Amino acid sequence: MRTHPSQVDERRLREVALTADEYRVIVEALERPPNDVELGMLGVLWSEHCSYKTSKALLRRLPSTGRHVLQGPGENAGAVEIGEGWAVVFKIESHNHPSAIEPYQGAATGVGGILRDVIAMGARPIALLDSLRFGPLPESKHHFDGVVAGVGGYGNCIGVPTVGGEVYFDDCYADNPLVNAMCVGLVRSDQLMRARAEGKGNLLLLVGADTGRDGIHGASFASVELDEKSAERRPAVQVGNPFLEKCLLEACMDLTRSDAVVAIQDLGAAGLTSSVAECAGRVEGAGARIDVAKVPRRERGMTPYDVMLSESQERMLIVVRRGREQDVTRIFDAWDLTSAVIGEVTDDGHVTVVDGHQEVARLPVQLLTDGVPLRRLASTPPPQPRALDLDRLRPPADLGASLLRLLASPNLCSRRPIFRRYDHMVGDSTVVPPGGDAAMLRVKGTRIGIAVTTSCNSRYCHLDPNLGAQLAVAEAARNIVATGAEPLAVTDCLNLANPDRPEVYWELEETIAGLAQACRTLEIPIVSGNVSLYNESARGGIHPTPVVGMVGRIADYGRRLHAGLAHEGDFVLLIGSSQNDLGGSEYLKVEHGLVAGRPPALDLMRERAVTRLVLAAAAAGHIRTAHDCSDGGLLVALAECCLLGGIGMRGPALNPEPPLRVDAAFFGETPGRFIVSLPSRAMPEVQSLARRHHVEISLLGLAGGDALELEGQVKLSLADMRQAWEGGLER
Amino acid sequence: MKFGVVVFPGTWSDRDCGWVIDQVLGEQLQYLWHKDADLKGCDCVILPGGFAYGDYLRTGAIARFAPVMDKVAEFAARGGLVWGICNGFQILCEAGLLPGALIRNASLEFRCEWTHLVVERDDLPFTASCDAGEVLGIPISHGEGSYFADPATLSRLEQNGQVVFRYCDVEGRVRPRSNPNGSVHNIAGIVNARGNVLGMMPHPERCAEPELGGTDGLKLFRSVLHHAARALAI
Repeated sequence: MRTHPSQVDERRLREVALTADEYRVIVEALERPPNDVELGMLGVLWSEHCSYKTSKALLRRLPSTGRHVLQGPGENAGAVEIGEGWAVVFKIESHNHPSAIEPYQGAATGVGGILRDVIAMGARPIALLDSLRFGPLPESKHHFDGVVAGVGGYGNCIGVPTVGGEVYFDDCYADNPLVNAMCVGLVRSDQLMRARAEGKGNLLLLVGADTGRDGIHGASFASVELDEKSAERRPAVQVGNPFLEKCLLEACMDLTRSDAVVAIQDLGAAGLTSSVAECAGRVEGAGARIDVAKVPRRERGMTPYDVMLSESQERMLIVVRRGREQDVTRIFDAWDLTSAVIGEVTDDGHVTVVDGHQEVARLPVQLLTDGVPLRRLASTPPPQPRALDLDRLRPPADLGASLLRLLASPNLCSRRPIFRRYDHMVGDSTVVPPGGDAAMLRVKGTRIGIAVTTSCNSRYCHLDPNLGAQLAVAEAARNIVATGAEPLAVTDCLNLANPDRPEVYWELEETIAGLAQACRTLEIPIVSGNVSLYNESARGGIHPTPVVGMVGRIADYGRRLHAGLAHEGDFVLLIGSSQNDLGGSEYLKVEHGLVAGRPPALDLMRERAVTRLVLAAAAAGHIRTAHDCSDGGLLVALAECCLLGGIGMRGPALNPEPPLRVDAAFFGETPGRFIVSLPSRAMPEVQSLARRHHVEISLLGLAGGDALELEGQVKLSLADMRQAWEGGLER
Repeated sequence: MKFGVVVFPGTWSDRDCGWVIDQVLGEQLQYLWHKDADLKGCDCVILPGGFAYGDYLRTGAIARFAPVMDKVAEFAARGGLVWGICNGFQILCEAGLLPGALIRNASLEFRCEWTHLVVERDDLPFTASCDAGEVLGIPISHGEGSYFADPATLSRLEQNGQVVFRYCDVEGRVRPRSNPNGSVHNIAGIVNARGNVLGMMPHPERCAEPELGGTDGLKLFRSVLHHAARALAI
């Protein structure tokens, strides 16, 4: 019998990942020591993964409101209005640690989890995106292949198209790959659901998979560093069943048409404990009473502890109006889904768990959801990254050879080998397929298009986390704008190393400050997100990787733009101007083996001007194609325009005016630039728009032929470029 | 005319087929539930793409036992039009309504991409609006779409002219390089001997509007409509 905090077994505390201080807070709040089940429940909900105890105070600085926002952070996913009565619901989430250990299932269940978050809002998922980071190939092939197969395995089977994402390779991810999955759903604005346990006496119905012992302590596992013993955690990685989730999805869509349902909440990290507590926590004074004996189980001998902490996949908690349970179970029966009433909503502000007649846990909801002491950690800037002395950088000897090497770089080359393994067409809505800047989906029955993208250059974030985060927002916005759509809102996934190290906590502070600044200035609110810390192994921590998922809207998708050149004879323009921005560039890494300097300077007001110019030109129908010019620089972006369109380009030599350097002009990564093409007759309009927006434009050449040529400087056939570009991942 | 679209648990092309029938073509649409034992007067029954019953065990292996499949078999035996697309083709093979089988792609990977198909038969209800030798652009999306049949079956199919579509290049040349999944003889679609049951791996319902990248899929749907109109005229 434990009577005093100091007597609690330290091993037991470690098992549930609670500190002695946290334990003390629990005992003080309860005025008694928690029993084993209670300790387990608090352990998972107070884990970093569920409680955000390290990041919560900082996250409050992020802007989350705006005129389109229907639902900001705090629900299963965020939502924004897109017009004609429709709303998009979206969220991004990490599944890094499971994927490090079991790449296929880790990635697959990551997709499954984010889909359920969107479904819980009453929305039909219409798109998936994946933002991936691995160590270099071929050493990390095991992670890479498994993760890509897992994302595809789940998305392809459930029938939601995977239309976008990104992948980067860097040494820092060798032991700790990142797998961030984003889901976008569509719902009528007035049918948006919220996972609130309203109404005393209403019933809690658990539906979907039977509950097994899988994934117990998964959330806690996600909140510690990976070490040599992590492989033993494989049982903490769940196994996905996309077929079951497809049935669950369709049944939930049927449910949303019924007024018998009060709320839908998915079961993810921390399983039943978290979903019940969260649902109740969103309603003042609400509580819940659960009988674990009524939970359908996969195996015998499970204890109440096992049931409450299981992270078995493909389960949903439904709050049903008392007396209407038949209406709901009828729907689940039609889909051959197991469902069971496991408890009810109360008004006592407590989560009470019984096993038949015996009470096994009773905890205040607020203690579970908000009781964890927030952590204020020491913060120290790390040593300045290596300075870059441009004067010592030899100029490129052969621009064409450099371009080919860059096109073949795994960080820049064609992603077709990945996205052709994903069904990106199902749903008959993909009007801009993957491979360009953002993808676009149409809203059937309207002319509205929804552009979606993810973005983050973590090398920039490593060199300057604040500026890197701003650049990620700016690039995502340019990706959206390149399709002709206007950025609407952001979901963010902050992947960082161990914040207990003051340098990492400093990175976290700076990352959030950068995100906040960029989103505030560009007026793009952050409506949902996820934080993944402790991405660290014995070899060290990852670069700060704040993945920015962004959604945009175009009123008429008939006006959408693709990235590839479209017509022979079109003018090809650079919008915006180049600076000596070689710091952190792919060119510096590939051609000089350097990761150094400062990331490109970012002028957010200039970004606004440039993107507004492109949107105005697109809306007026003046430009035919647009492509963001960033990673790899101007020459890589031009090559991509040619390769995506299957049309070459010919122009005069590009002789930069000093102080702009030749290497920076061709390979520098100055933000705020686009490559657009237009029929020659539209040139006067675009010039006048450029003047009005105070943006520089310059003519690069004419579309045509089967080579990319800048007279006397570079001439490469499309075939040679394609070979380099399409072979970059085949190693 | 009335198209029936069968929905198994795990089917996902049902809504896309439904969209084309209902919204693009303005024809009558009837979803048929896998537990239904009645085809509700449909003139053409589509078995759409997806992962029926998760495709666990083997693609189409469980779906063939669904109650609706007995009715589909009876309908086919009476000469009714049955059209299996992707998973539907796999189910038709498992159900014995078409010969052969669909096995894992030669790449061992899922493939979702545009393919070119050369039309070998233009005298079928499904292809009457096409010309023999015509090249159609239609996307595939499958992990197990490599058509396989034993040599005797294969030569019977070829002799009877039961091969309807073959993967080809943009010029219509049937080459190993234009074969996306390792199918024998580049086979992308076949009919039964009577010509009323078609199975094809590519997805015509994904290319019925220009904004989706092409409209060649519509030609197949229109063929079925013309066939029905002619049948009525007679």
